Amino acid sequence: MKLAVQVNEGPYQHQASDSAYMFTKAALEKGHEVFRVFFYHDGVNNGTRMTTPPQDDRHVVNRWVELAEKYDLDLVICVAAAQRRGIVDEGEAERNGKDGTNIADKFRISGLGQLIEAAIQCDRTVVFGD
Amino acid sequence: MSEVKKFMYLNRRAPYGTIYAWESLEVVLIGAAFDQQVSLMFVDDGVYQLVKGSKPADIEMKNFTPTYRTLGDYGVRHMFVDKASLEARGLTQDDLIEVEWEDWETEEEVDNIVEVIDADKVVELLDESDVVFSF
Amino acid sequence: MSDLYTINKSPFEKNSLDSALKFSKAGTAVLLYEDAVYAAVKGTAVEEQIKAAMGDKKVYALGPDLAARGIAEDRVIDGVELVDYTGFVDLVEANDKVQAWV
Repeated sequence: MKLAVQVNEGPYQHQASDSAYMFTKAALEKGHEVFRVFFYHDGVNNGTRMTTPPQDDRHVVNRWVELAEKYDLDLVICVAAAQRRGIVDEGEAERNGKDGTNIADKFRISGLGQLIEAAIQCDRTVVFGD
Repeated sequence: MSEVKKFMYLNRRAPYGTIYAWESLEVVLIGAAFDQQVSLMFVDDGVYQLVKGSKPADIEMKNFTPTYRTLGDYGVRHMFVDKASLEARGLTQDDLIEVEWEDWETEEEVDNIVEVIDADKVVELLDESDVVFSF
Repeated sequence: MSDLYTINKSPFEKNSLDSALKFSKAGTAVLLYEDAVYAAVKGTAVEEQIKAAMGDKKVYALGPDLAARGIAEDRVIDGVELVDYTGFVDLVEANDKVQAWV
């Protein structure tokens, strides 16, 4: 099965990102294809490398990065939602005159079309939100 | 991508208190470029998204009601409203905005694609959709 | 189409369970996860609602979310099937589409 996963909430505030991660990991371990994980609304906050949770807590951002490294996952952050919330890559920093970037490795910023494309191409779209 | 899927946007939240309604609308606008069959469903507090007369200037937010009125131009053919959700909130169709639709090729016109439907019809429409986005 | 409805809200906080059940047809698979697992517990005000839903629908609850909230399996309403994340994936695969009732 080819899956699209949408994550609509940020890390720690809401369980949605944890549930999405657990679901995605289980799907990949079962041999399913996860075509794309799309981060929308406050979900874009899953993609900042500045996150520093206490050492005895899970690292939600790094967990996504490690899963992406292991399975070559496409982690896409919505550009419009990211601009509102200050998630910045080099391209965005240049375009909008920002003095730095904060996007985590393995995440990329792109348009909402990536969500629609994923929903068209995949057998199932699974939404995790508040 | 020749396959046409039926997309349903399921809206269950009021506008302004959270950003979900506005960012959901942004998905619909972008999704228009993909030539899929697009419908919107408003249930529970989602029906408040279509109420006429919003003036959010004093809370310094953008008034996005006019954007809903352009959805017909973005290829949205149906905007369904759950009757019971509307009634529970003391509203009728008269309280809701109207959205025109026109097929540029056939020149078929519909004055208002906002349609109040009963629960059985909601179930049927959700059931026959290929993708349901929930916001 | 066969549908999987996912619900993640406590039934005592928001009407997601009510709406999901109201707008579902016979044969729908309903998965309670995150705070919605409280709806799967015996002896609550929604127990009858869950039992009624099981008349023509299949109800599942996510075991890891029950365990996290200190809900032992013997407190779960009879007939509610427990699944883990792999079971969640299997439910997604077994149905034609997924609708999130957030």
